[in-house]
Amino acid sequence: MATHRGRGFAAINYPIGMNLGGDPSQALVHSNPDGKFTVALSAIDLGQGMKSVTRQIAAETLGVPIEDVYVDTADSDTGPHDMGSFASRGTHRMGNAVIQASNEARSVMLEAAAEELEVDAADLVTDGKGNIHVKGAPSRSITTMAAAQAAQFKQGRTIAGRGIFLIPLSEVDPDTGEMTPVSCFAHAAMLVDVEVDDETGEVAVIDMQSAYEVGRALNPKLVEQQLRGGAWMGMSHAIWETTEPYYPSREHGPEDFNSYLMPGPGDLAPHHISVLERPAPDGPYGGKGPGEMCANPVLPAVVNAVYDAIGVRIDDLPVTPEKVLRGLKAQGGAKPRRML
Amino acid sequence: MIEFRKEFFADERDDDLNEIGKPTRRQDILGHVTGRSPFFDDHQFDGLLHLRCVRSPHHHARIRRVDTSQAEKMPGVVRVLTGKDVPTNLNTLLSLLDFGIDDEPILSDKKVAYRGEPVAAVIAATEAQARAAVKAVRVDWEVLPHVLDVEEAIKPGAPKVLDIYPNNKFIYHGKYDHQKLRFGDVEAAFASADHIVEGRYQMSPIEQAPIETCGAIAAPEQNDRYVCYTSTQALFFSLGTAAKVLQTPSSKLHFVGGTVGGGFGGKVDSIHEPLAILGAMLTGRPVKYAWDREEEMQVGAPRGAERWYIKDAVNRDGRITARKFIGYFDSGAYTRLSSYAIIKGVGHLPGPYTIPNVYADVYCVYTNRTPATAMRGFGITGVDFAIETHMDKVAETVGLNPIELRILNSYRDGDMKAHRREAKNCALVECCQVVAEKAGITLSAEARAATSLTGGGGERARIPNYTATDQNGRVEGFDTGSYARKSGSGPAAATAQPSTAQPARAPQPGSQPASRPASASRPEQAPPRADPPAKPPESRPAASRSGAMRFSSLSGFRRR
Amino acid sequence: MMAKTPVNFTLNGNDRAAFAEDGQNLLEFLRRGVGDMSPKYGCGQGTCGACTVLVDGETHLSCLVLAETVDGKEVRTASGLSSPALDPLQTAFMEHFAAQCGYCTPGMLVSARALLDRNPRPSREEVIEAISGNLCRCTGYEPIIQAILAVAEGRARA
Repeated sequence: MATHRGRGFAAINYPIGMNLGGDPSQALVHSNPDGKFTVALSAIDLGQGMKSVTRQIAAETLGVPIEDVYVDTADSDTGPHDMGSFASRGTHRMGNAVIQASNEARSVMLEAAAEELEVDAADLVTDGKGNIHVKGAPSRSITTMAAAQAAQFKQGRTIAGRGIFLIPLSEVDPDTGEMTPVSCFAHAAMLVDVEVDDETGEVAVIDMQSAYEVGRALNPKLVEQQLRGGAWMGMSHAIWETTEPYYPSREHGPEDFNSYLMPGPGDLAPHHISVLERPAPDGPYGGKGPGEMCANPVLPAVVNAVYDAIGVRIDDLPVTPEKVLRGLKAQGGAKPRRML
Repeated sequence: MIEFRKEFFADERDDDLNEIGKPTRRQDILGHVTGRSPFFDDHQFDGLLHLRCVRSPHHHARIRRVDTSQAEKMPGVVRVLTGKDVPTNLNTLLSLLDFGIDDEPILSDKKVAYRGEPVAAVIAATEAQARAAVKAVRVDWEVLPHVLDVEEAIKPGAPKVLDIYPNNKFIYHGKYDHQKLRFGDVEAAFASADHIVEGRYQMSPIEQAPIETCGAIAAPEQNDRYVCYTSTQALFFSLGTAAKVLQTPSSKLHFVGGTVGGGFGGKVDSIHEPLAILGAMLTGRPVKYAWDREEEMQVGAPRGAERWYIKDAVNRDGRITARKFIGYFDSGAYTRLSSYAIIKGVGHLPGPYTIPNVYADVYCVYTNRTPATAMRGFGITGVDFAIETHMDKVAETVGLNPIELRILNSYRDGDMKAHRREAKNCALVECCQVVAEKAGITLSAEARAATSLTGGGGERARIPNYTATDQNGRVEGFDTGSYARKSGSGPAAATAQPSTAQPARAPQPGSQPASRPASASRPEQAPPRADPPAKPPESRPAASRSGAMRFSSLSGFRRR
Repeated sequence: MMAKTPVNFTLNGNDRAAFAEDGQNLLEFLRRGVGDMSPKYGCGQGTCGACTVLVDGETHLSCLVLAETVDGKEVRTASGLSSPALDPLQTAFMEHFAAQCGYCTPGMLVSARALLDRNPRPSREEVIEAISGNLCRCTGYEPIIQAILAVAEGRARA
C-alpha cells in the first residue's frame, strides 16, 4: 500500500561503426553551373538525420553556405555504394567520405577562382557566405557562383569530388578473441529515479539524469533528438516491451499496439542531459554516432533503481508488475536499499 | 534540460567552425510537416498488385505438400509463388558478406523452423483478395518436435533446428561451437579472490516497432530494368541480395529509398525486395510486398533474446580482478546477422573497465522461433544490461557506492583491453562524475580527481604473460580456410566434441561487505595535446576479393 | 467486376470525386484512390494514429472508416494544413525538431490542429491527452508537446 522511491545508475561505452570494420561508404559531390552543390549518397535517413548531418559536413568542408548544399539519397542509379545505416556508422563513415569528396571539389573550385582572380589558389579562403577571396584582402573576391560558371564554361574544369572511407577489415583470433572491433567509442552514464507501487507492482521512471560523450555534437539539436528519443526507448525496453512475455514460450505474443506496450506522452520522465565532446581522432570533425548508445544505460539503471527501491532484483527484462509482485511476495515485502 | 559541458576535453577541440556545431534545421523536416516526404509506399502505380505470404502455424514442421490450386482460381489472384519459382531460393546475406553458410529459404519448401515462416506467396489485385487466397492455400504439415529454450537447444538429443550445424550452435572459424575471449587466467584469479560475485541475466526479444512497417514496391521500368522502392536501411545489401536471389545482374535493378519511417535495425535484412521484384518479373505489373502490423510484430525479426552468466573475482577494495562470461544469443531458426552479433558482443567485453583477466564463451544458438536481427544496440544492449546490473551487485558486495565502483574500475587512455588493443579516447570517468554531480551524490576525493587521461597505461598496458587457452567445443568437419564453410560433401560430415565448459550456476549470496578502498595516489599529468581533426584520415584501399557479387569479406575469420 | 461506389466530398477545401472499392477504408481511398499520400498506414488496426484525418472537423482513424461514408463530408488531412502558407503548428514542429523519421507527423499534426481548433489554450495535460492516440517511436514525445504548447502560448510564428 505504498510507493517506494529508488535510484539506479549505469555507465557504458559504445563501439562506433560496423564491428571489425570493412564497411565502406562513398560520396560524390558536384556543383551545378551556379555554384550550388549536390551531395550524392546512398545512405539511408531513418529519421536520425543522415541527410542533415552530411549536408552540414559538406557545407563546412566546401566553405559554402548550407543553403547552397543539397543531399540526395538514396538512388542506386546515382548514388555510390554505402554499406547502410546501422551500427552507429553513418556519421562516422559517411561523414568522412563526404569530407574527402568535398575537399576535392573545394580544391577545384579554388583553382577556378584563382585563375579568374589571377592569384595562387593557396592564397584564397572561403567566407562561408558564398564568396571566395584573398586571405586578408576581402575586396579581391569572386562569388562561388561566378567561379563555378567560369570553371564550367570557360576553363573546362569540373567542380566535383569523390570520397570513400573504409576501415580495413580486422581478423578475429579463434582461440583468444583478439580483434580490432572499432576505432572509437562513445560513452554514457545514466541515473534514474523510479517509484515502485508495492500494491500494483507498477514501476514509473520519474527522473533521468544523464551524461553522454559523443565526440563532437555536429548538430546539437540532432544529437538531442537521438538522446531524448533513445532514452525513451531505453525506458520502454526496460519496463514495457516484449514480443514474448513468457519467454521462452511464444504464447500470448502481442500482435498489435494494444498488447505491445510502450510509454505514451503521459508516461514521460524529465530527462536532464549533459553532453560531453572528446573528438574521435578519425571522426568527421571528431564526431561519433549517438544513435544507439542513448538507450543502453537506461535498462540496467532502471533495474538497479527497482532494487534500490524495494530490494527485489529483477534480472529478467522487461520489469513487469507481475515480476515485481512475485519478488515482493517471495521476500515478504519491500526492503528498500537506498544505496544512492 | 540539455547542457553542453564544453569545458571537458576543450583542449582537444577547435570549436570555431562555420556550419558544424550549429542547430541547423533538418533538410527533410519541411517535407515531414507537409506530408510530402516520400516513403516507399508514397508512389502511385497503375495496376498495383499486392503480395501476401502463406505462413507456417507450427514452430517446426516438414512440408509434405503445398497445394495452391484452389488459391490460384480465386477472384483477383494473378499468380501464386512457391519455392521453385525463386531462382536461388536462399537468403544470400551471409555469403554476400562472407559471414557464413546461407541457410534460409526465401519461400520454404522442405521444412519450416519457426511459426510464421513463409512457404508461398499470393499475388492479387487487392490486399483483401490476397488475404482470402492465402487462406485457400492448403499445406500438408508433418509437425516436428520443437525447442524454444537456448540451453535446452544445445543439449544432445534436442530437436535439430538447422541441418547445417550440429547441436544447434553456429560454428566459428570452422573450429569451435562458440566464440572465445581469453585474456589472462580467470580461474587463478577466482582462487585468490576476496569475493566472488555471480549473476544470471535474461533479456527477452523485443520489436523494433517502427511506425512504418517493412515493405517494398517493385515495378518494371523502361529498358528491361526493374525499379524497387524500399524501406531498407541498407540499399546495396538489399540490391545485392535481390540480384543473387533472382540471378539477375545488379545493373538491371534500380533501388530507390533513403526516406524511411523508422528502422532501428529491423529494416537491415527484411528481404522484401526479391519477392516483390520476382512478382513484377513474372506478372509484368507493379507488385507491393509489405508487412501488416501483426506480421511486423511476430514475423518480423526481433532483437534476439540473450542470456548471460557473469562471474567476477573482486578485491575487497572493489577492484574487479577477473570476469567470466557465458553468453547465449537466441538466433531463432536461422543465422541472419546473429553470427556477427556475437563477435561484436565479444569485442565489447568486459565492458568499459580494465580487468586483468577476462574469459568468455559466447554461443549463437538456434531455436524454433522467429529469427533475430539487428536492433538499436545490436550485440551490445543485452550484454551491457547484464554487465551494469552485475556491477551493482559487486558494489553491494564490497560496500562501495555504485558510481565509485565504476570510476575505480573504469578504463583509461593507454590501458590494454581484453581483445588486446589499447584503450584510447576514453571518457567514462567524466560521464560518471557529471552524473554524480547533477544527482547530488558526493564522491570520494579520488573519484572526483580521476580522469580518463590519467592513471592509465604503465602496468595496465601490458598483455598478461600467461593466458589460459583451451580446445573446448572443438568441432570437426568444417573448413578452417573460410568462414564456417563445410568440408566433405554433406551436412552429416560434421561432428561436435562435447563441451567441457559448464555454464555458471545461479548467483551465490554475496560475502560480507568489505572496508572502503585504500586510497592510492595518482601522479598528475598534463593531458596530451592533440590537434583538432581537420582532415579525415587517409583511407586505405580494401584488399581485393574474388567474386563479382561479393562485398568486402566481413568475416575476418580467414587466416591470411 | 467489383462494385465501386462514387464518393463526392471535399478534401482540404477542394471538391473531389472518386470511386471507392467495395469495402475500402478511407486511408486506402485517400492514398491510392485520390492520391493524397499524407495519411500513413502504421497498423491498419486503429492503434497507432498515423492515419488520423479530420472528417467534418473531428479526428478519425481513417483505417477504420469506410471510404463511402465520407460522401458529402469535409475531409482534412495534413497536406491541407499549408495553404500554401504554413500552419503555425508546422512551423513550430520544425523549430522544435518535433519530427525525426516524419512518419507519425501527418497524423500528429492533424490531432494537434483539432485540439487547438476546439481549445486554443490547452494545458500540458490536455495536449498529452490529445496526442495520446498518435504513437511516435523516434522523438520520445517531449519536442512534440513543446511545439504544440508553443503555438498555444502564442510563441510560434504564424
